[in-house]
Formats: sequence, C-alpha cells, structure tokens
Amino acid sequence: MATTVTTESTAVFDKKTWMGGVEPMNASYGKLMMWFFLISDTFTFSALLVTYGLIRFSFPAYDQAIHGAFQFSTMYWPIPDKVYNAFPFVHGMDLPLVFVGLMTFILIFSSVTMVLAVEAGHRMDRPTVEKYMLWTILGGFAFLGCQAWEWTHFIHGTEEGMQVKDVVDGGVRTVFGANLVENQYGPPAFADLFFFITGFHGTHVFSGVLLNILIFYRTATGLYQRRGHYEMVEKVGLYWHFVDLVWVFVFTFFYLV
Amino acid sequence: MATHSHHDNHAGTEVAPAQTGQIWKVFWILAAVTTLEFIIAFFIKPGYFKTSLFVGLTVVKAFYIVGEFMHLKHEAKGLIWAILLPCLFVVWLLLALMMEGGSIFMLR
Repeated sequence: MATTVTTESTAVFDKKTWMGGVEPMNASYGKLMMWFFLISDTFTFSALLVTYGLIRFSFPAYDQAIHGAFQFSTMYWPIPDKVYNAFPFVHGMDLPLVFVGLMTFILIFSSVTMVLAVEAGHRMDRPTVEKYMLWTILGGFAFLGCQAWEWTHFIHGTEEGMQVKDVVDGGVRTVFGANLVENQYGPPAFADLFFFITGFHGTHVFSGVLLNILIFYRTATGLYQRRGHYEMVEKVGLYWHFVDLVWVFVFTFFYLV
Repeated sequence: MATHSHHDNHAGTEVAPAQTGQIWKVFWILAAVTTLEFIIAFFIKPGYFKTSLFVGLTVVKAFYIVGEFMHLKHEAKGLIWAILLPCLFVVWLLLALMMEGGSIFMLR
C-alpha cells in the first residue's frame, strides 16, 4: 500500500489519522490483516481447547487409590503418557511422549528457519531466503509425516486393545484402536477431541506448507527482488509461527497436562 | 541458486551481514524450556503444582514465539494491545468452562 502512495507532500493530515497513505499502528495493510486473521484463528483453536478442558473435567480423573493399576477404561480420562508411548521402528517399547517431543522440536526448528528467511529478506539476500524457505518446507513435511504416523498408530491401536462390557446383552468384547464412535483408550470423547484438535492443527500445517512453497517459488523466480521488498515472506512467516504457537499449546494441554 | 557465488558478506555485494544472534538465542531458550517440560512430565506428581508449572512454561514459550519470532514485541503499542486484550477474554472463557466441566462431573 505504502509503496504506491507518496506521503511526503501531503502534510495536510495528521499522520495518525486513517486517511490513506499512512499506516495505522506502523504496520502495513497486509501485515495488520494477517494479525487480525490470526486473532480470529486463535479464537477457533481456543474454542477447541476450551471444549477439551470442559469435557475432560466432566469426566473422573484416574486415581490409583480408587482404580488400582492403570489400564485403559471408559470409566475415566486416560493418562496421555500411557496413550502416546510409541515410536516408529521400535515396536513394543514404552517411550512416553518421546515422539510428540520430536514433533515439537521439528516444528520449533522450522519456525527458526522461517525467521532466518525473514531476516535474510530484510537484507535483500535472495539465495539465503531460498535456502531457509526450503528448510522450512522440509520441516513442515517432516511434521506432517510424523502426524500421519501418529494418526495411523492411534487408529490401529495396540495389540491388547481394551475389554468392554456391552450394556445391552452383557457380553464382553475387545475394542482396538480408535474411531469417532469408540476407542480403546478411554471415553469416546477422548478420541473425538484428538481427531478434531490435532486434525485441525494438521490442516493448518498443510496449508502453511503450501503457502511456503508458493513463497519459495516466487522468491526463486525473483518476484520479490524486483518488487524491492520481501514482505510476503514476513506475512506468511507470521502464519507459520502461529501454527508453531498453536502446537505449543496443544502439546501442553493435550499431551502434558 | 547454483549460478550465484554468494559468500556471506565477503563477496563485496550490497548484501548486509546476517544478524542471527538473537534468533538462535530464542531457539535455545525454546529448546531448553521444552526439555524442562519433559523432565517435569516424568519427575513431578500430577496436581495443581505440576499443571501450573506447565501453563507457566507454555506462556514463556508463547512470549518468545510471539514477541521475537512474530516480532510483536517491537511493533507499535496499539498493535500489541489489539492482539493481547482479546486473548485475555479467552483465558476467562477457559477458566469459566473448566469450572463448568467440574460441576457437570459433580452432577453426574
């Protein structure tokens, strides 16, 4: 916006008024709108996490004194350590939260490469922007791959499954893995919230990767160099950091607490 | 990319030297906090203390991501408040509905 309008000769208006040509809050139109979009997206994710809090606290928590040794049951909310304890290629080992931790580090690292790309953009350093955009895209794909594995494992479940007693005829059967109706880990709402929250976040990562690829392509073809600034890298960077930020909250409230 | 022979700031081009010290510092802070969360997850018994530690450390991470990576710390004051204030209402909603969940549990 500011690049198309000259403000030097128009001293008639106070700089703080929103008459065009000046940037409210010292942020360009695109950046400001990205911030407001992110605030609205914050509300969506908050709604999902608040729902998680509400439903979780409406179920009994596991208590060793009451329930004995931990096993999956629809009577209480499962402990995350016991659900997310698998790692690719090491079958049968109890590695609580290690894989989720790896995913967290992948996303934080790709956030760092993104901010390095933005920094290079400020200096009009095109090859460096290209390099770090590629690293960011790679991090995004790595995270999506991890999530695909995580979902597959969650859906297929463990070999033991969970014994459930049928309310209607009293027969006992075993539930394996998870779907939206029932799951072997705990109350049905547990798996529903897992699919909705991590799925909604994964969709954001996916669209973030697509945007990053677009930005990389436009950097590589020299569009931003000709334009004279790399502000698009910054705007998409804001979105990418936001996706990382959401994962920080999902990690805490879904996997740790 | 292959046709460019770019060597940081010694090539005599107009590209300014990279200023990445602060970025890597924030990265190490985030990595350290995440590692600390792991240690807490296994060595502290579940309870209010553990939960508040997790929430506190998450806020620390959020502060560095939003403040430094998203550059909000260095924006105009008006923008900072425009982003922060709505989030405070979310915190209120979270607390209200968690208490609501507790009372649903009591009624069951």
